[in-house]
Amino acid sequence: MARYLVRRFLFAIITLLLASMIVFGLSRLAGDPLLIYAKPGGYGMSPQRVEDLSKKLGLDKPLAVQYLVWLGRVLTGDLGETIVAETPVSRLIGQRMIPTLQLGLAASVFAIVLGLPLGVVSAVKRGTGWDYFARILALVGQAAPQFWIAMMAILLFAIILGWLPVATAGPDDVPLWNWGKLRYFVMPVVTLGWGPAAAILRLTRSSMLDVLDSEYVKLARAKGVNSNSVIWKHAFGNAVLQPLTVAALTLAGFITGAVVIERIFAWPGIGQLTIDAVWNNDFPTLTSTVLVLTAIYVGMNFLADIGYVYLNPTIRYS
Amino acid sequence: MHQASPVSEVPTIVQRVKIKRTYWYYLRRWPIIPLIILSALVFVGVTAPWIAPNDPLKQHLPQRSAKPFYQDGSPYLLGGDHVGRDVTSRVIHGARISLTVMAVAMSAGMVIGTTLGLVAGYAGGIVDEIITRIVDIWLGFPFLLLALVAAITIGASFTVVMGLMVLLAWSGFVRNVRADVLVLKELDYVAAAKIAGASRTRILVRHIFPGTIGTVTVIASLSVGGLILSEATLSFLGAGIPAPTPSWGNMVSEGRDYLQTAWWTSAFPGAALFLTVMSLNFFGDWLRDRLDPKLRQLD
Repeated sequence: MARYLVRRFLFAIITLLLASMIVFGLSRLAGDPLLIYAKPGGYGMSPQRVEDLSKKLGLDKPLAVQYLVWLGRVLTGDLGETIVAETPVSRLIGQRMIPTLQLGLAASVFAIVLGLPLGVVSAVKRGTGWDYFARILALVGQAAPQFWIAMMAILLFAIILGWLPVATAGPDDVPLWNWGKLRYFVMPVVTLGWGPAAAILRLTRSSMLDVLDSEYVKLARAKGVNSNSVIWKHAFGNAVLQPLTVAALTLAGFITGAVVIERIFAWPGIGQLTIDAVWNNDFPTLTSTVLVLTAIYVGMNFLADIGYVYLNPTIRYS
Repeated sequence: MHQASPVSEVPTIVQRVKIKRTYWYYLRRWPIIPLIILSALVFVGVTAPWIAPNDPLKQHLPQRSAKPFYQDGSPYLLGGDHVGRDVTSRVIHGARISLTVMAVAMSAGMVIGTTLGLVAGYAGGIVDEIITRIVDIWLGFPFLLLALVAAITIGASFTVVMGLMVLLAWSGFVRNVRADVLVLKELDYVAAAKIAGASRTRILVRHIFPGTIGTVTVIASLSVGGLILSEATLSFLGAGIPAPTPSWGNMVSEGRDYLQTAWWTSAFPGAALFLTVMSLNFFGDWLRDRLDPKLRQLD
């Protein structure tokens, strides 16, 4: 098992390195980085200045060396400066990280709190109204594009009904548990969490149906254990393992979801930063945010692997 | 036994319930509604230039944000967008993008993924190891994020987006096809073919590949919905099909700033996406239950 985890860890590292190469390569493909700072021969740019600048930025060295230098800087936490404001990207990311983590965490809680119980109920009350309700919820969550749900939610709850605010994460000076702040979370959290909730619901339902059909549950029922106890004490614990580990994987999907949702709700997080960087051609910021998000993604996948190993002893380590 | 009265020609309540039940039975057993929606999609996509009532690119400023359903003298069924283009025609033409994702990107990904799976499973050893590891690493990427960077740096265009979709599509096939091949290649008829002197390529193509077709079909049909959503998401973020070409994703995005005044610009293309993906998912589930019961989860 330790060997398996070490291998997974090495793969995580390789994945990250490859991602960094792709990101670096792509940012160079976009053209000479010097052009972002100054057009050669442009106003106020003597050939001497161009040369100095390229020396300062290390652009006169071979690409592989540039990559290694860049990687070394990234590893020590120096992500460069933004093009326009020339503020350190690492500080910017630090600031933007908090709203994204809040959003992601809230959405995970929402997805699990909605998905697990509904999955159980829909398995136990199979074929009833509850079951159909849960399945329709799952169906919509898996088929409707997130960005569309988000915009239709804005249309209904913000524009037509006026119940919820359209955008931003709300005022900073209001504590999180206050409705004045919390109301800003409702739509982004629900739209971000719906898809994963649907996946968790379907998995819980199918594994719960499996377990409810097993001999030991039938035995428990036969010896007269009451129904609630059978469902929650005997069956649930066994049925929940698989959906929970998969949940970790679907939560990794929040990374791309966050980019979409943060753009729609003008959420001041790292996803919004990424999109802004795209539109501003701000490559230092773009490469950094994508790297950070990739690292989170890979890290979460690795955690899911660990969780899977601990929760499921029958897994084959190959 | 009393004789049937003439009145019983009219179905009794019990019979009516029965008839209702059989309709339900067929509707549940066969993916009729999804198939109707998907056929409509294919038809609309293929014949778009002929059945679209207006030019999807023609701007008509007096009709900007014209109301849907011909209200208030609007000339458009589903309304006009912020520059007065016909949303109906744009939704119809947008179907072509999703269809191309389905037909081109999915097929290319399917061919690449299946070939790699076949080779990995049959060759074994170091080849297998390399291919499996590449897939592992590939599945570990947050693909959409890297696609975003790629599309922005290379420049978003139709070809680039389709290329990216192929890159997304192939990896899902490799593992399952490989697993199938590992089982199939131990079977007696493959051994017989070997003894008969068939070449490795012939065994792989003629004897093993047919055994994996079920799996390939099921995986293709289950993952195509996600692929369409990925393209739409890229387009929505401005890194997909470039405007003014209508794709459902960029149409929803264009309507974002006009939600208050012209909700129909975003609502209808999004609904088209939703219906399409839902039908595909339904169809995929049904196909899986039919063709590959071992992939089935209790449903």
